[in-house]
Amino acid sequence: MAVVEKEKRIFRIEIDPRLCKACVICVDFCPTDVLMINGNTVAVKNLDACNGCQLCDNRCPDFAIQVFEE
Amino acid sequence: MATNKKRFMQGNEACAEGAFYAGCTFFAGYPITPSTEVMEISSSRLPKTGGVFIQMEDEIASICAITGASLGGRKSMTATSGPGFSLMQEGLGFACMAEVPIVIINVMRSGPSTGFPTGPSQSDVMQAKWGTHGDHPAIVLIPASVEEIFYETIRAFNLAEIYRTPVIVLYDEIIGHMREAVTIPQPGEVEVVNRVKPTCAPSEYKPYDTTLGDIAPLAAYGEGYRFHVTGLYHGADGFPTNNTKLIEEAGQRLVRKVEDNKERIWKNEEYFLDDAEIGIFAYGVSARSAKFAVRELRKKGIKAGLLRPLTIWPFPDSAVDALAERVKTIIVPEMNLGQIVHEVERVARGRCEVKGIFRVDTEPIKPAQIIEKILGNGPMPSAPVSPTDSNMSEMLIERDMLDG
Amino acid sequence: MSTPAEEAKPLAKKKKKVPFDYSPYIRGGKLPHIWCPGCGHGIVLKSLLRAVHASGTSQNDVAMVSGIGCSSRTPGYVDFNTLHTLHGRAITYATGLKMANPKLKVLVITGDGDALAIGGNHFIHACRRNLDLTILVYNNFTYGMTSGQTSPTTTQGKISTTGRHGNIDPPFDTCTLAKAAGATYVARGTAYHFQELEKIIFDAFMHKGTSVVDIIDACPTYYGKYNKYASATDMMEQLEKDGTVSVKQAEKLTPEELEGKLLRGVLHRSERPEYSEEYGKLVTSLQSKK
Ligand SMILES: Cc1ncc(C[n+]2csc(CCOP(=O)(O)OP(=O)(O)O)c2C)c(N)n1
Ligand code: SF4
Ligand code: SF4
Ligand code: SF4
Repeated sequence: MAVVEKEKRIFRIEIDPRLCKACVICVDFCPTDVLMINGNTVAVKNLDACNGCQLCDNRCPDFAIQVFEE
Repeated sequence: MATNKKRFMQGNEACAEGAFYAGCTFFAGYPITPSTEVMEISSSRLPKTGGVFIQMEDEIASICAITGASLGGRKSMTATSGPGFSLMQEGLGFACMAEVPIVIINVMRSGPSTGFPTGPSQSDVMQAKWGTHGDHPAIVLIPASVEEIFYETIRAFNLAEIYRTPVIVLYDEIIGHMREAVTIPQPGEVEVVNRVKPTCAPSEYKPYDTTLGDIAPLAAYGEGYRFHVTGLYHGADGFPTNNTKLIEEAGQRLVRKVEDNKERIWKNEEYFLDDAEIGIFAYGVSARSAKFAVRELRKKGIKAGLLRPLTIWPFPDSAVDALAERVKTIIVPEMNLGQIVHEVERVARGRCEVKGIFRVDTEPIKPAQIIEKILGNGPMPSAPVSPTDSNMSEMLIERDMLDG
Repeated sequence: MSTPAEEAKPLAKKKKKVPFDYSPYIRGGKLPHIWCPGCGHGIVLKSLLRAVHASGTSQNDVAMVSGIGCSSRTPGYVDFNTLHTLHGRAITYATGLKMANPKLKVLVITGDGDALAIGGNHFIHACRRNLDLTILVYNNFTYGMTSGQTSPTTTQGKISTTGRHGNIDPPFDTCTLAKAAGATYVARGTAYHFQELEKIIFDAFMHKGTSVVDIIDACPTYYGKYNKYASATDMMEQLEKDGTVSVKQAEKLTPEELEGKLLRGVLHRSERPEYSEEYGKLVTSLQSKK
């Protein structure tokens, strides 16, 4: 059976803990539950699930998170 | 060489002409008696010469607009009277704090509140110094004739540009509306000063950098310098600070930049002071009556003299100090209920008697009142208050009253 | 449809996603900003920076003037010609600056209190003149900086520190007011709809004349807390997503369904002579008479 595998896109998430205020906005709006709060800052809990939609970056009020495609 | 033109004009017209001579290219204002003519003349002249005139929705907007325009690189001014001047106070403080050169004309009228709009007064002299909140610098000029309004308006622009601060010109309704001859100088004849601009690279520029002195060069927005201006206490780079040391330094410097230069800002006229035993300290229109009184008293052999400040703030401490040292009495006539008299008392420190002559019926203080006070001949003749008393205005426009 | 050339180069087919680089627009060392966790002002600022970037305007030619309030602290962070003024007076300083140098593209950053209460008079007169200013009203329904008092846009019934029993004051609709006063571009966006907001700010910025954008954003610290919103996200969902409908959606809704919702999108657009250009024409005509 020929399976046309969709090319897997890989993303890198950069978080600046100096800027993140742990407001939870990015965590709440992430459609694939990639992020979580860890203490005073946001952290990545499931990078594999990231689809690169950049909702987290666009709704982050603090310039604290960016998503790059590898 | 072209000869200087002598023109007969109104005080408010002389103010506008002085401003144009000084390079003012931006006027924003809101009409109010008795200053409106400055605005009307600006509205006619500025568009013809490529300058900007804009009528704002109120006086708050006016002072803010000229401050914005000055940061855009233009020499800017507004003109108003009592109620409008009250509205401008917050904007005045902002310009002090942000160190933006602007010129504010206040043609003083009777107050408080709407008072008597066409009635002259000298009751804003303290407001001009202390009207806006917080410690701040004040440069306030107070001309006494139409011609002097012309020259003092030029000086106001120069001082604003030199010290990067608002400068207020105060005169009263009488000289604002009076007509006198003014000799208009040729361009270049009277010095016109422009603010110092930065020469450094934009990345190096700090709008409040004081390494070379208390007054930093001022760039204009749009010239590539991209600096920040705020009414919050700020560091040399213009950005807000909550560093108490920087706040203290900035607050001290703001006042110091004018205080340390007051000798350059002061300007006084002395009249028969050399051997005077009785000094009159008078400013603006009251000084005209005082001068007249001095001459009359001299005719009677009384050694009276006049000290007339053209800069009322910073207060001419050293001139008053010297006067208090050598006279027995200082008379302070003012068209208010006693404002500058307290400054004179402060400086005199009890070394001589200080007596005020106050008047708020919107009639000018007359030479006879001053003479009576000095001669002490019983009660003063009741002051005529009827507006049909044309006697006084005739006396006032007598040229030799001023030029003596 | 892909062309054979593209198929031959599969790697170049899809452009890699790169985040927008805000760094050229943010002044070095100025972040983190003073805004509270979850405050909408930062989200709005990002849409604004992307819009200015898209316009291709040189930073030297952009001036940003603000009043006083949390929103009005924006200019301190961005690398334009920036002026942080007095409460309510941003528009007046901006008017002076724009008239002094019409070459500058002038953005006014103001809050609902700043623009519509203390600065209400300047706001309507700016709209009347139609001077080319882009007025962005960060509307969080409260006075954030002074800790959550009633503002001219606070919804009736909502709690504030000066409306502890529920606000009885009827609110202004920023856009209706702007349109009535003569603004020639009037729109509403929200921090939630960040992309749409970017587009609206871009249009407003490019529009010649007075443009007003009412931007709904959240103050979780005060408005949120007093009115029992669970979080910043909750506010964005309730006030911005569910509390607004786009002009297009609204066409399909009944008046009952529209009840209590704010319209989003471009609400008014017209052409009128721009003030600084009119003034320029006056100068030219007077000077040619000489
Ligand atoms: C003349 C004056 N009055 C009052 C204040 C106090 N004050 C500072 S900010 C503010 C309200 C700000 O609210 P808004 O404009 O809605 O902006 P936000 O903080 O919500 O972004 C007030 C009343 C002031 N600074 N100046
Ligand atoms: S890019 Fe999208 S999917 Fe990835 S973390 Fe951000 S919000 Fe989640
Ligand atoms: S939205 Fe930004 S500030 Fe808030 S938690 Fe996420 S990264 Fe941190
Ligand atoms: S008080 Fe409100 S408006 Fe101000 S920064 Fe905090 S959340 Fe934002």
